[in-house]
Amino acid sequence: MSGADRATTTQASDGAGAPAGSSGTAPAPAARRARGGGGGLGRYVLVRFLLIIPTVLILMTVVFFLMRITGDPITAALGGRLTPDQLAQRRAEAGYDRPLIIQYLDYLGGVVRGDFGTTYTDRTPVAQILTDYGGATAELVLYAVIVALAIGVPLGMIAARTRDRAPDAALRILAILGYATPVFFVGLLLKLVFSVGLGWLPVAGRISSRGELTMGSILNPTPFYLLDALRLGRWDLIVDVASHAVLPAVALGILTGGIFLRLVRTNMIGTLEMPYIDSARSRGVAESRLTTRHALRPALIPIVTVMGMQIAMMLGGAVLTETTFEWKGLGYMLAQYMTARDYVAVQGIVMMLAVIVAVSNFLVDVIAALIDPRVRY
Amino acid sequence: MTISTPEPPTGPGGSGDAAGPAADAAVAAESAIVAARSHAPWYLRLPVISHLRRSVGLQRGMLVTGLVLVLGLLLTALLVPLIAPYGFAQTSADGAAFPTQGAPSAAHPLGTTVTGFDVLSRVLWGTRTAVAVMACAVVASLFLGVALGLVSGYVGGWLDRVLVMLADAIYAFPSLLLAIVMAIVISGGQSNAWGGILAAALSITVVFVPQYFRVIRAEVVRLKAEPFVEAAKVVGTGHGRIMGTHLLRNATRTLPLIFTLNSSEAILTLAALGFLGFGIEPTSAAEWGYDLNRAMSDATSGIWWTGLFPGLAIVLAVLGVTLVGESVNDLNDPRLRTRRARRPRPAAAARKAAS
Repeated sequence: MSGADRATTTQASDGAGAPAGSSGTAPAPAARRARGGGGGLGRYVLVRFLLIIPTVLILMTVVFFLMRITGDPITAALGGRLTPDQLAQRRAEAGYDRPLIIQYLDYLGGVVRGDFGTTYTDRTPVAQILTDYGGATAELVLYAVIVALAIGVPLGMIAARTRDRAPDAALRILAILGYATPVFFVGLLLKLVFSVGLGWLPVAGRISSRGELTMGSILNPTPFYLLDALRLGRWDLIVDVASHAVLPAVALGILTGGIFLRLVRTNMIGTLEMPYIDSARSRGVAESRLTTRHALRPALIPIVTVMGMQIAMMLGGAVLTETTFEWKGLGYMLAQYMTARDYVAVQGIVMMLAVIVAVSNFLVDVIAALIDPRVRY
Repeated sequence: MTISTPEPPTGPGGSGDAAGPAADAAVAAESAIVAARSHAPWYLRLPVISHLRRSVGLQRGMLVTGLVLVLGLLLTALLVPLIAPYGFAQTSADGAAFPTQGAPSAAHPLGTTVTGFDVLSRVLWGTRTAVAVMACAVVASLFLGVALGLVSGYVGGWLDRVLVMLADAIYAFPSLLLAIVMAIVISGGQSNAWGGILAAALSITVVFVPQYFRVIRAEVVRLKAEPFVEAAKVVGTGHGRIMGTHLLRNATRTLPLIFTLNSSEAILTLAALGFLGFGIEPTSAAEWGYDLNRAMSDATSGIWWTGLFPGLAIVLAVLGVTLVGESVNDLNDPRLRTRRARRPRPAAAARKAAS
């Protein structure tokens, strides 16, 4: 599978030269013009950036109308507890009695200004939830990506080199097991073994309550606890923060690590059959060097291109991981608001995550284009 | 290729991306196998059975394990009233209430939960919910996705553009979040047995439709230009008949793969929704994700049996379906198929010559 022939693009097979973007929306005329104009990287980045807008707009529209088909958030939250009169009054106050299309335009207008609505239960602007809790999710996803790469790439290389022999077989079964195990069950098992059974690592949370007090004293806190702990330079804090992060990162990382393993294995098997590898082998390059140097780079390109999809999957997984470990990030808050039936908050957080996914897909595509010139068009 | 993103089929001619001559030889070997196979009686040429016959070594082991697990899942779901010791929402028997959070014992081999449910019974009854959701979700997304893909690919034009954009936007979105939105829309977050099963199934359907849509549409766009479709048009065949016969029959040959992959994702999504508290109420049906949700707080106090067994049930169910799908996928791709080591056959010889 070459970089351009991505797993995520179907249009490649209709021969229309569709964009290789991971969210590759329809082959827009703009994209064709860019290709005709020589296909510089700058142009590609611009076109790819503009494609974010329709993607996000479609999602917003779909989610908005879906959420309103069945009723308004106030009835959902307070339905049984208020009299119909009170309910109608509340709905009028919040503007839910206006025509749907007006509400929709109002909502879009708000989003353009960065206003994703205000939660119903605790009257917090949704955008503030992002600034308060987004960092925690980003930190978790970052650690999980590191874990996934650390698991997936070396093991995938081993599997490719020992193709169809015992280590390969064991690794492939492990990868499938990793996929078949829900992230919250991995979390439960890790908790049972390492927190409850062995008592090595904390059960839940991002930091101990004592550590949190110390952390509160820091000036200009960053969203990353580990960074703050390093800035304070206190070993007890660093250990505290790091030990809280281990289990969630491993739980979330295993899932993606299995996918990376399969990807590296498949691509490396393909790459190892290429003529240039044969030629290097005939020059006497050692087998281990062939895998680690010659075949690794081409085998890693698909990882970068699939990373866009993986970030979307990881954000979904983060909702479950954060709930499992009470890691107070966006996903944890989403689950809290779901339980509270605060659907304004749910919709807001979901939409923000959609924007994050679209933007990170864009960044991944740009990185892929930088690495592999064939992706540009 | 990842598990969650089934790749559109590249026909025998479309594998020119990787290994040039080796792949071509492998394709030739593939067609040799197909030719040899077509002499077998019809029941040996059925999808899974023919794959079973073609497989060797580890791949055969994986396929057989998967089939055993899937059969076990289906049989349990069918026979659960006979197997399960108690009902899924039963908290007492013969007038005596079950212990709460009771450790595994003779009366309750896998213990009891915080509400006093028998864990073994809930795990067994859970198969029924899982199979029902899986069946509903896969059938619904199959019909919707195939229909939309056929029409979109055949009609083309602005309809095609709009549908492709929609499908791509949905496809790039975290599927769990979409399922959450759908669960809110359909059931307001909670419901009785069949309502909950249908809500979960439909939430999952929305996630899967784009996958079927993409694969079918790509195939239809390719097939539309084939001479036999043009010939059908020339002799005046109606659009409906072309779509229903000429295109559908040819475009659906890769579906079994997506079908199995989606079945496993359906179980996982159902469990995830249940875990987040958006599943089926515990008194309406047994659902593993919900049980795991309740078990999280037990784990902190060292109670392992309430979470371990529902979790294992999910793993086994997903594992079974995934193993079948994976093996079939690998067997369909000549580059991934385990090479036959000993028995020299024409196909193996051709492959040896190529490498």
